[in-house]
Amino acid sequence: MKPTDIGNPEYFHKVVDCQWACPAHTPVPEYIRMIAAGRYSDAYMVNWRSNVFPGILGRVCDRPCEPACRRARVDKEPVAICRLKRVAADFKDDIKDRLPQAPVKKNGKRIACIGGGPASLTVARDLAVLGYHITVFDNGKTAGGMMRSQIPKFRLPDSVIDEECDYILGLGVETRFNHWVGSLKNLLAEDWDAVFVGTGAPRGRDADVPGRSEAAANIHIGIDWLSSVAFGHVTKIAKRVIVLGGGNTAMDCCRSARRMGGSDVKVVVRSGYEEMKASPWEKEEAVHEGIPILNFLVPKEFTHDSGKLTGVLFEKVRAEYDAKGRRNLVPTGEADVHMECDEVLVAIGQENSFTWIERDIGLEFDKWGMPVLDPKTLQSTLPRVFFGGDAALGPKNIITAVAQGHEAAISIDSFCGGRDVAKRLPPMVNLVSQKMGIHEWSYDNQVSEEGRKKVPMKSLESALKNINLELELGFDPRLALAEAERCLNCDIQTVFVPKICIECDACVDICPTECITFTRNGDEAELRGRLKAPATNIDQALYVSDTLKTSRVMVKDENLCLHCSLCAERCPTGAWDMQKFLLDVAHAGAEVRRT
Amino acid sequence: MTYLAKPRLLLADAPKNALGYTRRDYEGAISTLCAGCGHDSISAALVQACFDLDIEPHRVAKLSGIGCSSKTPDYFLGNSHGLNTVHGRMPSVLTGAALANRDLIYLGVSGDGDSASIGIGQFAHVMRRGVNMTYIVENNGVYGLTKGQFSATTDLGSKNKRGVINSDSPIDLVALALQLGASYVARSFSGDKEQLIPLLKGALRHRGAAFIDVISPCVTFNNHPGSTKSYDYVREHNEAVNRLDVILPRDTITASYAAGTVRRVVQHDGSVLHLRKVGDDYDPTDRIEAMNHLHERHALGEIVTGLLYVDSSAEDLHRHLNTVEKPLNKLGDAYLCPGSKALDALNASLR
Repeated sequence: MKPTDIGNPEYFHKVVDCQWACPAHTPVPEYIRMIAAGRYSDAYMVNWRSNVFPGILGRVCDRPCEPACRRARVDKEPVAICRLKRVAADFKDDIKDRLPQAPVKKNGKRIACIGGGPASLTVARDLAVLGYHITVFDNGKTAGGMMRSQIPKFRLPDSVIDEECDYILGLGVETRFNHWVGSLKNLLAEDWDAVFVGTGAPRGRDADVPGRSEAAANIHIGIDWLSSVAFGHVTKIAKRVIVLGGGNTAMDCCRSARRMGGSDVKVVVRSGYEEMKASPWEKEEAVHEGIPILNFLVPKEFTHDSGKLTGVLFEKVRAEYDAKGRRNLVPTGEADVHMECDEVLVAIGQENSFTWIERDIGLEFDKWGMPVLDPKTLQSTLPRVFFGGDAALGPKNIITAVAQGHEAAISIDSFCGGRDVAKRLPPMVNLVSQKMGIHEWSYDNQVSEEGRKKVPMKSLESALKNINLELELGFDPRLALAEAERCLNCDIQTVFVPKICIECDACVDICPTECITFTRNGDEAELRGRLKAPATNIDQALYVSDTLKTSRVMVKDENLCLHCSLCAERCPTGAWDMQKFLLDVAHAGAEVRRT
Repeated sequence: MTYLAKPRLLLADAPKNALGYTRRDYEGAISTLCAGCGHDSISAALVQACFDLDIEPHRVAKLSGIGCSSKTPDYFLGNSHGLNTVHGRMPSVLTGAALANRDLIYLGVSGDGDSASIGIGQFAHVMRRGVNMTYIVENNGVYGLTKGQFSATTDLGSKNKRGVINSDSPIDLVALALQLGASYVARSFSGDKEQLIPLLKGALRHRGAAFIDVISPCVTFNNHPGSTKSYDYVREHNEAVNRLDVILPRDTITASYAAGTVRRVVQHDGSVLHLRKVGDDYDPTDRIEAMNHLHERHALGEIVTGLLYVDSSAEDLHRHLNTVEKPLNKLGDAYLCPGSKALDALNASLR
């Protein structure tokens, strides 16, 4: 293998699995160390710069970071990264004086952000501090978009949404709430320098089976029903409820129904339990609240008694996989199952809806009705229109919307400044030794051997009585510290300098996971097999040094490294050093400080 | 050197030996030796060898004298028996222990000061008696604990850290062991575990006095230009006579060797030593040739390593003394104290 090029920021970035997996590339270990040190406000600001909504995401993020967490590869469960983020938000001081301010003198460019959700607000924040005049349009009363209308209050209270949206609106962003943009053509005629479309995926997919129209009074589309609940238009539901669908919306529906009078709430899903789209923890929460999840059942008919819903008829299926690994659900041939119920919530998917965008204005759509975009710049075929969030590349999650908002803001800034939109800004990268003394590092290198801490919760009994009561209490500072200590500090990199290595094997002998080997070089597949501990996780890189004096190379399997620094402490010549790798993804306006 | 203990977090699929132990189960306390000390590599090699041989940790007794090397038994096989004896007196304590309980595996760990200076008399006698043990000298050619004076194994002309040249002749413990009748004699280097681990395994499975001289650089006092026991010097002058593979009776032989390149030696317990030829044809069963080869190469400034001599039919001290088959602690009271009649008979036989 060729020596690893550690000068390429991608290499060490990939070692920080959580940051690499995060769409917004939040420097996770950096803020977790701050939480451990009790620096909650600093931890909050690291998050705020990167993901804009730490308090919100600390409660409801889809957390792609956690399945990626290295801790899960050496321990049962990953670090509770998401809930630690909430700790920063819960215990921070007033951070208003740390927020940037929009310059008094504007740059004269006017940007319209359509939709008041996370993507639009991110664009607004990034561009407002650069002096852009931002106008956010939303048909709701306040900002927040789907975060406010779709997520039940027992998971995400309004006060948190208000606080974090206000930080952005406080940058002098103009708002036009209760305003429905019915025509992009008309809006474009208003002479905006750029338009950002962050309108989400607002249409719930329907279950088109017999009986749907006859029993319509008792059948609701999940996301519409959730927003009616969020705004208080719906306050109760019948006793027996069936929720169709296996995604996070279905989980929110069933748990809301459980709090609104539904005593017999079931979730019925086409797929198997494991393949359900809902996050594992959301499924666990639903089960914890006494909601059965029934799998491999496909709705066949809504049964009704002259228009009054009586139940749903399901066909039993099983999963079969073809040669390409694609799943097919085939009927088992067993008798259909009828389940009685009074109301049905249909949560089987969300779709985009661009009925308000005229098809003759030069903005192309693909055959699925999605706008044709450059996936990097998020620019549409109409150069001054940009997309982000669920509206751009289909429904995903909040953190993806934020990441796309950042990218779109860079594109808009380049576009308005007359620069090439395709040319992206490099990240800010820093790599600094953490050595303070022979046995002293500027981070706590002792690896905690404790298991994942559970977030304290209100009693189920009280939680089920009040739909607006936040279920989770969040970590207290002591639990937060214990959980933060579980972080392996993967951003503290093991940097090897072959020139001063004397090949004494001290690092090999001390490494608790046997991830260092000195051996003759070879091609990667062969080399992986003959390391001290064979490197079987091919998603994780091998760190290969230049050839050493004995014509061997140092090979380190990044998969298993605990970043405990023992190799560096044992190295007599300092050939190993622990260096903190900090990567901040470029943001438009990131460097503008308070004036 | 570090203050932290190794984290115990372990992968679920960490390899286990036939006893169900992982390598980590053969480790000891965290080492307090200098960072980069060769002795720590020897400890790691012992851990690997015992893991590979499926040795039950509680069947091992580690005995050592005084010195940096003699501290190391604390850093491996944390679940074994052992003690630090008086300086240079490990061989007689080991001999006594071996006589009392022949069932344990005896590991003597010593250094060049402990064995070649204060304990050289004891060293000589434990070898000539053929005590069943593995005797390791972690040889760094310097008194590390007392800040770097020349030891008895420092080569003539070798330079210390302050630039002083050694004017005394060195003691070659390998030559001594060969002459005194050790039946398994090897030399290795702490920086070459590929060579050291099989040599340790062969020694642990050998019946009789097995001696391994392991050159182990002292990073603090003897790893500078001019030293003949530095990492660089040993690597440049290392002349291996063979490479060893230890094949246990339970193993199926997977390695294939070209004809005439390997020599098989079967030990008393059925383990097979495969000695791969390196360079000249070297006969490790000929004691006189071994001694000649050692001196010839030494005169050329080379450090001869590998398995230099093995006598697979050697007998040990128990056989010489015709001792009882059972360890003393397993003999019952009636056997140990046969009563007044037996005493009378004994007395009568002496009258």
